[in-house]
Amino acid sequence: MSVPRLRREYWNSPTMSWWERSYLPEILRGLSITGGVFVRNMAKWMTGRKGALTTYYPEERRADYSPINRGKHVLTQRPDGRPQCVACNLCATVCPAKVIEIEAGFDPEDVAHPKFPVQFTIDYSRCVFCGLCVEACPEDAIRMVPEVPSFPGADRHDMWISLPELLTWNPQSDVAKPYPPKGGR
Amino acid sequence: MQDLVVSIVFISYAIGVLMTFGLVLTWVERKQGAVMSDRIGANRAYLRIPFTQVKLVWWGLFHGLADGMKMLLKEDWKPDSYDKLAYALAPWVAFAPVLLVFAVIPFGGTLRPGELFAAMPAVAAWFGDRTYPLTIATLDAGLLVIFAFGGITIIGAMLAGWSSSNKFSLLGALRAGSQMISYELIMGLTVLGLVLVYGTVDLRNIAQQQSATLFGFLPAWGVFYQPFAAILFLTAAVAENKRIPFDLPEAESELIAGYFTEYSAMKMGLFMFAEFIEIAIIAALFTTLFLGGYNLPFMTDDGFDLPGGVTVTLNHGLVLVTQVVVFLVKVFLMCSFQILVRWSLPRFRYDQLLRFAWRFMFPLALINLVVTVLVVWAVRA
Repeated sequence: MSVPRLRREYWNSPTMSWWERSYLPEILRGLSITGGVFVRNMAKWMTGRKGALTTYYPEERRADYSPINRGKHVLTQRPDGRPQCVACNLCATVCPAKVIEIEAGFDPEDVAHPKFPVQFTIDYSRCVFCGLCVEACPEDAIRMVPEVPSFPGADRHDMWISLPELLTWNPQSDVAKPYPPKGGR
Repeated sequence: MQDLVVSIVFISYAIGVLMTFGLVLTWVERKQGAVMSDRIGANRAYLRIPFTQVKLVWWGLFHGLADGMKMLLKEDWKPDSYDKLAYALAPWVAFAPVLLVFAVIPFGGTLRPGELFAAMPAVAAWFGDRTYPLTIATLDAGLLVIFAFGGITIIGAMLAGWSSSNKFSLLGALRAGSQMISYELIMGLTVLGLVLVYGTVDLRNIAQQQSATLFGFLPAWGVFYQPFAAILFLTAAVAENKRIPFDLPEAESELIAGYFTEYSAMKMGLFMFAEFIEIAIIAALFTTLFLGGYNLPFMTDDGFDLPGGVTVTLNHGLVLVTQVVVFLVKVFLMCSFQILVRWSLPRFRYDQLLRFAWRFMFPLALINLVVTVLVVWAVRA
């Protein structure tokens, strides 16, 4: 039993007609396409609209970031405004890129949480945004938010984020935490 | 003395215009390409007014300046070449003829200083009734001079490739040589038809003849006399300038940067600058030969000579300004068209390039010439 061989029919045949082979008309068609795009986009720019798909990155942010985008880290705060972090170093240990550096301090005044971070820095030039630090944290102290940090800079040291910036996260309410912090000790 | 003053003014105008075109075209090329492909393009470079925080961005217009500064400040690395003189000379040999060509291109009508400075009698009296055509060198053989100087550019490319002691440079130079020689021939043949029609190689005379009227309603532009030659000429000119789709000598996917691979800093910048100025030169030449030169349709040195016998006389100063501005606008539009071509068409293969020259354009140019000869002979007889 012989099966008839199926040969696919393409809508555009690979051979060129004499019109296409005479070169100039097709070149003119191509030029009119690109020229048309130019005129259309230029008319948009001239009338004050945006004639391009590009986002001006540091000045403009795209609006369609996912709500669960892992953009940057934040440290949550206790009701008195101090970081929730107990400097246990679990996040720094689990981090595959080894970007988290924590320097622990001792606070004898706070009996419940005597250990606290003096320094908490994250190197975003190496961070892979995997979110393992968030999963490792026993205190729900580190989280990731959709916003991205302001990266463009002339030096790689501009890509380190330290404690003051990590503590700027301050929403009006939160399901797990008594936000906003009331302040004072 | 008066002639000297006028000549110095013309020369500084020509150099200023060419340099400005060279600088601005680097920006126009990027920006137009960006707009054509839905991008934004160069828009970051700015000039800051000293002691203030006012930044002049102007849609990135200063990117050309920034590029120039970068070229000047970079290390001028030299290869261990056996022919240091040729290596140092090549960029200048490529650059100087491009500037020289503009000397014979008319960029305006006839200047009559005595009439222009009528409000200032001292100046008017000093100039008397002298007249100056707005060309740096008014030569009878203008077109021939252009082809003579245009040919020198090939030597620059060949010298650069030969003296760099790099096989990519050498290959690029060989490609540049054969390509430019082939296409220069076609350029000459296409212009020959126009020379037959106008009966002169004097560019000023050609520009003036285009103020006339053709068939009672068309302006007597070269593009209406020789539409076929206009297309062939423009194609050959783009090929002569070694730009996409004819940029085989510097095809970066095959030859790194072709004949200027071994050049760095401002020497490489000179090659690039020469290329951009040559865009403007080609546009100026095309404008002069095919697009009525510095005149609006039906415009002469005295005003408008509209079809139907209507004559409008204009003030001399107004005519001069109109002619100079019209020339610049036409040149800029032609530059813009060349950039459109550069961003639209894919590059040829090298065998296709030479076959295109010798088996497609060369016969067409010959046919065009033969037909022109027959028609001119029939009309004159």
